[in-house]
Amino acid sequence: MSFFFEVLIGGLLSGVMYSLVALGFVLIYKASGVFNFAQGAMVFLAALTFVGLREMGIDFWIAFVITLGVMVVLGLLTERIVLRPLVNQPQITLFMATIGLTFVIEGVAQLVWDSQPHNLDLGIQDVPLPWISDSTGMNISTFDITAAGIAAVLVTSLALFFSRTRIGRALRAVADDHQAALAVGIPLQHIWGIVWAVAGFVALVAGMLWGARNGVQFSLTFLALKALPVLILGGFESVPGAIVGGLIIGAAEKLAEVYIGPMVGGGIEGWFPYVLALLFLLVRPEGLFGEKHIDRV
Amino acid sequence: MSAAATATASPPTTDAATATKVLSVNNIEVIYDHVILVLKGVSLEVAEGRIVALLGANGAGKSTTLKSISNLLSAERGEVTKGTIEFRGKRVDRLTTNELVRMGVCQVMEGRHCFQHLTVEENLLTGAYTRKISRGDLAEALERVYHYFPRLKQRRSSQSGYTSGGEQQMTAIGRALMAKPSMILLDEPSMGLAPQIVEEIFEIVRDLNTKERVSFLLAEQNTMVALRYANYGYILENGRVVMDGDAKGLASNEDVKEFYLGLSTAGRKSFRDVKHYRRRKRWLA
Ligand SMILES: Nc1ncnc2c1ncn2[C@@H]1O[C@H](COP(=O)(O)OP(=O)(O)OP(=O)(O)O)[C@@H](O)[C@H]1O
Ligand SMILES: [Mg+2]
Repeated sequence: MSFFFEVLIGGLLSGVMYSLVALGFVLIYKASGVFNFAQGAMVFLAALTFVGLREMGIDFWIAFVITLGVMVVLGLLTERIVLRPLVNQPQITLFMATIGLTFVIEGVAQLVWDSQPHNLDLGIQDVPLPWISDSTGMNISTFDITAAGIAAVLVTSLALFFSRTRIGRALRAVADDHQAALAVGIPLQHIWGIVWAVAGFVALVAGMLWGARNGVQFSLTFLALKALPVLILGGFESVPGAIVGGLIIGAAEKLAEVYIGPMVGGGIEGWFPYVLALLFLLVRPEGLFGEKHIDRV
Repeated sequence: MSAAATATASPPTTDAATATKVLSVNNIEVIYDHVILVLKGVSLEVAEGRIVALLGANGAGKSTTLKSISNLLSAERGEVTKGTIEFRGKRVDRLTTNELVRMGVCQVMEGRHCFQHLTVEENLLTGAYTRKISRGDLAEALERVYHYFPRLKQRRSSQSGYTSGGEQQMTAIGRALMAKPSMILLDEPSMGLAPQIVEEIFEIVRDLNTKERVSFLLAEQNTMVALRYANYGYILENGRVVMDGDAKGLASNEDVKEFYLGLSTAGRKSFRDVKHYRRRKRWLA
């Protein structure tokens, strides 16, 4: 039984990292209706920039602030150069534009830095927490716990930002009804710029955590694909959905790997989330937390 | 009445002669999608502290007129291609909606457009987006809205999508009030509401007009109700102003009566009805 919980908790904790990536998607999708395919590339760029600066011997927090600056500027530029000219275009056009953006970001990232894998050390060790293994015999990674803690802080502050601040309320207003938001004098472009900047920040946190766990390398860009089942499960427009979806996918893939894997010869962790998402699509296409359309007039 | 004489120089004449004019729309032409000509030279004026009704059937161009003033057109691929719009003597036809709201012109859109997933109070708070004010002033502004709409205070923490149509209309008006406008462009507040609620809302509009000195430009299909509360009215047909005059005069005008009372039994007018009517009779400007 304690082995089951060990797997479950390990899965949930790695799921937190999926949540982080999914969160970046949700923010942009909610506010501007754009499915930002470039989110994975943004995670990659953030991780690569951060690790590059660190390798140049720059202090942790200074590197963090510079990378954050890069991500915010990237977000603002994307809004201005890519999306603003395409305003009022069909969603598929915007989606294609973000695919283009993905290649640009990946290319520039590797041009400026390089395409070698890097190790990123955040100073958090990936070893079992001693007091948990002493008291329960379970091996729970310090790194996973810390990452989950960081993600929790990030999500809580975002939630507070959305519900308590003037800009946060405006963001939700824009997500609800562009036209009405315009009518009360909320400048949409301004808000979209902010959303992209926040998504850049989320990408940075995700990039640092993923980079520290798996190494900073090109495969980070495929995280975007891993977020897809999370989004299908949680609903594209829901912040809580992204979090719960991430946890479910994380836990499910680990449990499946351990308990179903041996029956089919293993290696199912990679595709199981997609199967789960597909099954889920049949039952609840709007996702667990997909916002219900209120039809009352 | 010398001012009236100068006003006749730029027809149509209005009651702006006796009060300072806040808004004047001069001969504007609006085109959607670069080809669809919708407004074909509309002129109108709103004097300080008045309620001016903009009347006409479906598709006459009422909403388009309001949107060209608040500059919500560009979001719908519409464009003012001719004419000018002035607010308090300043050209405003190139300003963004955000700038207009800050100047004190706020539109309440047709169909209310509340932020469905936000609470009633959050809806109101978004209305104050353009005003960077302290928490205390914000709370005071909220109380001012609740004073006029006590029902909203009771429903303040309900998700606005689940409130009644009347409450949503109140939320939409209240949200505009939060920007502290001196002029509200109100588009079809009566749409889909029971007559009693319509009266209630119009009473509040009148209250805001007399106590807060907010001027209103009011687009309505519900001609008779609108004329009871308005000081002045314009009738739009097919993108043109075909008649205007003070509200009492319009309400007792035989043509207006025949047109609107004749159709009022048929419920909401459809475009077909309008065509039918136009074959029967034409307004003369
Ligand atoms: N975004 C748009 N693109 C193209 N044509 C439009 C657009 N919006 C409105 N129109 C057309 O412009 C004309 C005037 O529309 P408008 O909404 O201003 O009428 P209205 O007087 O407000 O009517 P209603 O009483 O139905 O609200 C209509 O013929 C309509 O089809
Ligand atoms: Mg209309």
